[in-house]
Amino acid sequence: MSAMVVAVDVNKYFGPFHALQNVSLEIKHGEVLCIIGPSGSGKSTLLRCINQLERIDAGAIWIDDELVGFRQDGNKLYELTDAQIARQRLASGMVFQRFNLFAHMTVLENIIEGPVIVQKRAKASVIPEAMALLERVGLADKKDAYPSELSGGQQQRIAIARALAMQPKLMLFDEPTSALDPELVSEVLSVMRDLATSGMTMIVVTHELGFAREVAHRVVFMDHGRIVETGTPHDILSSPKQKRTQDFIAAVLS
Amino acid sequence: MANSEHTASVPPAIYSIAHLKHQPRRHYGRWLAAALIILALAMIVKAFAQGQIAWPVVGQFFTAPAILAGLWNTILMTICAMALGLVLGVVFAIMIMSPNPVLKYVAVFYIWFFRGTPLLLQLLLWFNLALIFPTLGIPGLFEMRTVDFMTPFMATLLGLGINQGAYTAEVVRGGILSVDNGQIEAAKVIGMTRLTMLRRIVLPQAMRVIIPPVGNEVISMVKLTSVASVIQYAEILRNAQAVYYANNRVMELLIVSAIWYLAVVTILSIGQHLLEKHYSKSLGRRTGKRTEPAAAQGA
Repeated sequence: MSAMVVAVDVNKYFGPFHALQNVSLEIKHGEVLCIIGPSGSGKSTLLRCINQLERIDAGAIWIDDELVGFRQDGNKLYELTDAQIARQRLASGMVFQRFNLFAHMTVLENIIEGPVIVQKRAKASVIPEAMALLERVGLADKKDAYPSELSGGQQQRIAIARALAMQPKLMLFDEPTSALDPELVSEVLSVMRDLATSGMTMIVVTHELGFAREVAHRVVFMDHGRIVETGTPHDILSSPKQKRTQDFIAAVLS
Repeated sequence: MANSEHTASVPPAIYSIAHLKHQPRRHYGRWLAAALIILALAMIVKAFAQGQIAWPVVGQFFTAPAILAGLWNTILMTICAMALGLVLGVVFAIMIMSPNPVLKYVAVFYIWFFRGTPLLLQLLLWFNLALIFPTLGIPGLFEMRTVDFMTPFMATLLGLGINQGAYTAEVVRGGILSVDNGQIEAAKVIGMTRLTMLRRIVLPQAMRVIIPPVGNEVISMVKLTSVASVIQYAEILRNAQAVYYANNRVMELLIVSAIWYLAVVTILSIGQHLLEKHYSKSLGRRTGKRTEPAAAQGA
């Protein structure tokens, strides 16, 4: 299986803060990878570097063998233009912790916005697809609602549908259930579980160790901007080798 | 209930309240203030009624052709200058927030200059532009004498519109800053470029912050047009002056103008009120607090 995402020695600074320190990672086609770790460990930053919401300071990332953010010419890497970066972002769909549905648009408008405005596809062919996606996340009856009329769990499922409408190669989830009331978490996880079953490549930053154990093919533990340990869910969650990982798992489960 | 036997028992006499009546507080101060104001108003009305004002003249000139033409020019200029100001305001707000330093500093300079000099001075500069640029145009292609182009209308339009743009740019910038950063990131990750994002996501959401102050500026623009009388733009105040230079009915013509200004501003104020109500309504509906989990039960 070829790699969907390859990150090599990625470094990212926020001012003097070294957010990512020589992070290298490979995610295969169809793989579900969960990234866990304490807040400030760089897991969200890594996700945001993959779709260029943050620019990396050193290293390189490839998505499906395409270099992210730069064009290589000989030994030089030339920074891409805004339009080229926008086009590259179409490779990945992203789901945010705070949903970020467009507040002035209805549910259906939110979902067709990208395909119609960015991909310039015909509205008539996009709407049936959007309705199918709404059906898939169980919210077809909410198509004319505004985001503010929906619960957090419903908003997040719409956000997943909006990302899928762009037909991305991989999906990035940035703590998708962290802003939800506890009783709404499962409806979002169940949509994500279905998505994983369908073969979508997924990178999920999460605190839901149960979800990671059940759905992930591989789990990465990050701390202080570094990857501390990588392995199967059983390796990382049940028999971690590193002291730091053991402490984290113990703290989360206690 | 543990205390049901207490509430059921007969209360002691001190708690019987059937005979007590609530008396609202008396506002003697308000009555006094209102009386004083009515007295003062009556005196002012009396002064105007008995003063050197020929009220029939006010009525006679209220719909005089010169006054109505001036009124039309005032309204026309308000619309044109405000439209120019809005377009420039949006363009320069986007420029000042651009990551491109060249665009940014051009916008900074524009706002610095046109907010930093008096409007009257700017009008005079535009009107006398021929002193610096005798001709306008692209050499070889087309050229015209500046004095032919820079009519009082054009000078007023450029003066008021460009000045307004500097203020509106700040209003629009405030509106853009009010849009949640998450909305911008969501637009980016579905592959929107900067301009598409501004047009589709940011500006529509910024509108509810931009509309109220812009409504205010429209009202202020109606009155600002009167400054253009100094460069011979035939708005209502200048036409009123032209009439009273001829017939010496100074106060009468000023009253005629004042009534027209008040009429226009009153209509605009009502419009602004309705517009704000509309936008605060959609604010409540679209970005009000998240619905409670109860709404999620269907899920």
